[in-house]
Amino acid sequence: MIVLDGVHKRFGPGGAAALAGVDLRIARGEVFGIIGRSGAGKSTLVRLLNGLERPTGGRVVVDGTDVAALDAAGLRALRARVGMVFQSFGLLSSATAAANIALPLRVARLPAAAVAARVTELLGLVGLTDHADKYPAQLSGGQKQRVGIARALATRPEVLLCDEATSALDPETTREVLALIAALNRDLGLTIVLITHEIDVVRQVCDRVAVLATGRVVENGPVADVVLDPQHAETRALLADAGEAATTALRFAGEVVRFTMHGAEVAAPVISRVARATGTDISILDGRIGALRDTPYGQLTLGLAGGDVAAARALLAAHGRVA
Amino acid sequence: MTGLLANIDWGDIAAATRDTLAMLAGSLLLTIIIGLPLGVALFLTAPRQAWASRAVHGVLSVVVNVLRSLPFIILLIVLIPVTLALVGTSLGVVGAIVPLVAGAAPFFARLVETALREVDRTTIEAVLATGATTRDLVLRALLPEALPGIIAAATVTAIALVSYTAMAGAVGAGGLGDLAIRYGYQRFQTDVMVVTVVLLIALVQLLQMLGDRLVRRFSRR
Repeated sequence: MIVLDGVHKRFGPGGAAALAGVDLRIARGEVFGIIGRSGAGKSTLVRLLNGLERPTGGRVVVDGTDVAALDAAGLRALRARVGMVFQSFGLLSSATAAANIALPLRVARLPAAAVAARVTELLGLVGLTDHADKYPAQLSGGQKQRVGIARALATRPEVLLCDEATSALDPETTREVLALIAALNRDLGLTIVLITHEIDVVRQVCDRVAVLATGRVVENGPVADVVLDPQHAETRALLADAGEAATTALRFAGEVVRFTMHGAEVAAPVISRVARATGTDISILDGRIGALRDTPYGQLTLGLAGGDVAAARALLAAHGRVA
Repeated sequence: MTGLLANIDWGDIAAATRDTLAMLAGSLLLTIIIGLPLGVALFLTAPRQAWASRAVHGVLSVVVNVLRSLPFIILLIVLIPVTLALVGTSLGVVGAIVPLVAGAAPFFARLVETALREVDRTTIEAVLATGATTRDLVLRALLPEALPGIIAAATVTAIALVSYTAMAGAVGAGGLGDLAIRYGYQRFQTDVMVVTVVLLIALVQLLQMLGDRLVRRFSRR
């Protein structure tokens, strides 16, 4: 659906490179996360996908169209097929929720009756039917972002770009908006590109993720692989930001292993079984049980002492991954 | 008639007030018609905007700055040949409107440009991301979003025009300024001066109140 080939972006001649050779493949119908710290180039990257920025090198192809080669009219046609949602919403403060949602339809020169019908439908889709005539200043952050999402979906795009769509929202509202995004992906088959600096956002909705650092993709793969078994220092640092620092503080007089489960195993009484079967005492030093999209996972740092430690390791390995 | 307002000819005052209002209305209308597109052009040709062009922006900027740097009383005189060529007379209400617009339109255009710059950058991006043309952007986003600022700019400009019309009175435009200068100043008729000043103050107050009310009416932030 989206292909980036050796994409470079430099602002101004002699300016620092915002993107320095990015290659990415985003498949139709997936939720693809792009995570990185501020200044990593995420916002620039996502703006290349609808031509708000032009690459200074490489190729950006969206749904078979080379974005950089489009003229003004071609670019406008592409933008009708690619919706975008912004961190600070970007709503017209002078227009009601309904009028904001109607904007892309009016821009597309739809007849008034068709605009009205589609707006009603969209207000229902994002649960704002009762707020149609309110101005953005009268809406909460979560409601404003729902208006932003409805506006982005108005022209039935195939791709939805989310630029830090939840970063201005509180945790509760973030969960609601992410649930809405996941539902749109499931129900409408939308391809979603989601920019964020929060690994929790990636965990909650993404299928695959790319980690961006100083304009380069340093790690890229299914969320379970990247989150549960991070290879690059930047990924580990982002995980640490979310309170998943590797446990080094605890001193343990025995063997320390990192045990990762993914899927149905998470609910199984693995640890007590292993302890009983091998006579090993198991201490939980650190850990987290959570979900990656809809799949549960658990990642525990365990201390093994006494009994048959080697057998305990082997048994654990039969239920998950041991490192 | 004797006493406090001995020199006042209320008929003259009424005629002068009508002339001032006519000059104000005519020049404000033309100032908005010329200044609004000029302000939009100044904004759109600035760097990183839709029609970004250093050359066009530079030329517009210089023209606006030149007209704004001349004191209005000088502009009035410098423009007499232009006024004669355009409307056939440099006197009276009609003759005053050309220099009034030449003085006020660049001023208004700058204020419009500033009001447009206040429009949220993300909002502009979001509108462009829907596939909007520059025309859509201006008509559906920039002008509605900047409307309170543009009304405030028109208010400031209208008030500046009131003082310009008084100055125009000095070179034969008529109106309250003319009355104040010819009777109040040159003939030492202090009561005429006081009455014209009171009327000018009342006019400015009225314009400001009207402007403020309209700004509030259209503010949604």
